[in-house]
Amino acid sequence: MGHAPPSLFPLVEIRGLTKAYVRGKQRVEVLHGIDLDIPEGDFVALMGPSGSGKTTLLNLIGGIDSPSSGLLKVGGQRIDDYSADELAAWRAETVGFIFQSYNLMPVLSAQKNVELPLLLTEMSSGERTRRARIALELVGIGDRAGHKPSELSGGQQQRVAIARALVSDPTLLICDEPTGDLDRKTADEVLRLLQRLNSEFGKTIIMVTHDPKAAEYAKRTVHLDKGTLVREAAH
Amino acid sequence: MLKYVGLVLSGLTRKKLRTTLTFLSLLAAFTLLGLLQAVNSLFSGAADFLGANRLITQASTSFTQPLPMRLLPQIEAVPGVEAVSHSQFFGGQYGDGRSFFPQFAVNPQRLRQTYPEWVMEEDAWRTFTSTQDGAIAGRLLAEQNGWQVGDIIPLNSFIWTRADGSRLWEWRLVGIFDGKDAEWQKRANLMYLNYGQFDEGRSPGARGLAGVFVVQVENPQDSERIASAIDARFANSSEETKTQSEQEFQLGFIRQLGDIGLIVNLITGAVFFSILFLTGVAMSQAVRERIPELAVLKCLGFTDRQVMWLVLAESFALCLLGALAGMGVATLVMQFLPPEFPITADAFVWIVAGASVLVLTLLVGLPPALTAQRLKIVDALAGRAGDSPLELALRKAIEWPAFAWRWVMGRPPRDAEAQG
Repeated sequence: MGHAPPSLFPLVEIRGLTKAYVRGKQRVEVLHGIDLDIPEGDFVALMGPSGSGKTTLLNLIGGIDSPSSGLLKVGGQRIDDYSADELAAWRAETVGFIFQSYNLMPVLSAQKNVELPLLLTEMSSGERTRRARIALELVGIGDRAGHKPSELSGGQQQRVAIARALVSDPTLLICDEPTGDLDRKTADEVLRLLQRLNSEFGKTIIMVTHDPKAAEYAKRTVHLDKGTLVREAAH
Repeated sequence: MLKYVGLVLSGLTRKKLRTTLTFLSLLAAFTLLGLLQAVNSLFSGAADFLGANRLITQASTSFTQPLPMRLLPQIEAVPGVEAVSHSQFFGGQYGDGRSFFPQFAVNPQRLRQTYPEWVMEEDAWRTFTSTQDGAIAGRLLAEQNGWQVGDIIPLNSFIWTRADGSRLWEWRLVGIFDGKDAEWQKRANLMYLNYGQFDEGRSPGARGLAGVFVVQVENPQDSERIASAIDARFANSSEETKTQSEQEFQLGFIRQLGDIGLIVNLITGAVFFSILFLTGVAMSQAVRERIPELAVLKCLGFTDRQVMWLVLAESFALCLLGALAGMGVATLVMQFLPPEFPITADAFVWIVAGASVLVLTLLVGLPPALTAQRLKIVDALAGRAGDSPLELALRKAIEWPAFAWRWVMGRPPRDAEAQG
């Protein structure tokens, strides 16, 4: 479809991507041959009505689901034919996830939540602690490191989730409705933080949102409808 | 691996009440296992002569089969034997018979030689030796019954009849003995009767027979050799003997009750079967509640196998903590048991406990662990995760008795009810 801006080296390269689910005896295709390029350092908002396939597309790019057909390259690597273990290792190294409902471990402190991705590395305990502390400082809640999620506000919990996504220094941040559970003011703070991570730290961000105001924080918006890219707009 | 310990243990703190109750169940189960398997170990162990300075020689067929008194000098002649006494279980009932205590017909002088642990005044020993119908009682027993020296103690023997056909024997209490130390004092709840009146009084056909021989050895290191030498001396005769340590002999009494090992294992099995369901349900529920969290771990880069191990490790941690606490309590209880129950948590008991932890971990932890392993991230995040085939099979297995019950009671199965 050629919706992507010209880029010699796109971080995410998608060609003819389809995804179908089998429900009983029926095969339901939710993405129909998507073509999309996302250059490194981009901040893309994926928008569209419910059932348009935007979250499915996000999941495929994040490597937590596998396409039915087509090509999906991230950082020059074809991840569409990775095994489950290869995808897990790739996610640990390349992707940070931010969810609508934060998905923090309720029994762990903010600090320990942020350290979780680092357990998969060979880092010492001291180094893990140091890095997690830096990530928490970066998102502005270094003083809440010892608190458990239940002791934090929604905005603070989402900041912890962002710190967790950042701590292993991934190239790509995958955000699924990151402000869906937040009030306007807090949502704006979180979106400004994402914007800063994009502009200052060069993180490539792909964000699914229903909220047009949230989408305005992105550099461009890609609209999907019924599993097809229908429109793209730069901000 | 150590870096995951915090993550594994944090899972246990999620529902503190549930974890505490499961832990207490495991603690109770492993306390019982520790005690019962210690009993099992005691009864299934081979004869241990280590440190035994006293041996018991009985008829090879059964200790209820008496041996002739003429064997005594031959046993005395075995090198390494210091002294020999004979002892016959009397089996008397005192009063209404509700407070049973053991009595043994003995030669007083020989008793003193073979049981130096019993302490009594010299005069009392002399009187016991010279009084045909004399008896001595342990301090505990005498105090319990309010006996004084000089009392006549009537005993109704359920084993021995007098020559006149009567079963009532009267014994004159001539002394009250103590144990040499606190431990032996606790055992001073038995009675010794002078063999003189016993042998003369019983029916003529039974006279001249000793129950068992008590052999005091010079050097405990030689116990095993001496036991073999005694038995070898009477091998292939009409009075074949079986010589064993005193402790082993005492266990023989209890073994008569039945197959102790089987009883103990059945009880342990029943306890663990209950614990299995309890812990299994708790673990399964714990994982079910955390499905989105497990999906997030996978998002972060944890592999399916790593998530499975985390869940299994959590089950293991819970079982291990319960087992350690339970075995600790069992070991503590063993310290306070009276010396008549010399059970200890030996290597066998710890091996059984360790094996139980592993089996329990696999049985309760594997089904939810496999569920966690096969969890598809996208489905789990969307709340569409299902059970593993193993969990489904177990659920059906648990539901089956309920289905059978309804069928037996003549009620239609749920599907039929719905259709109806």
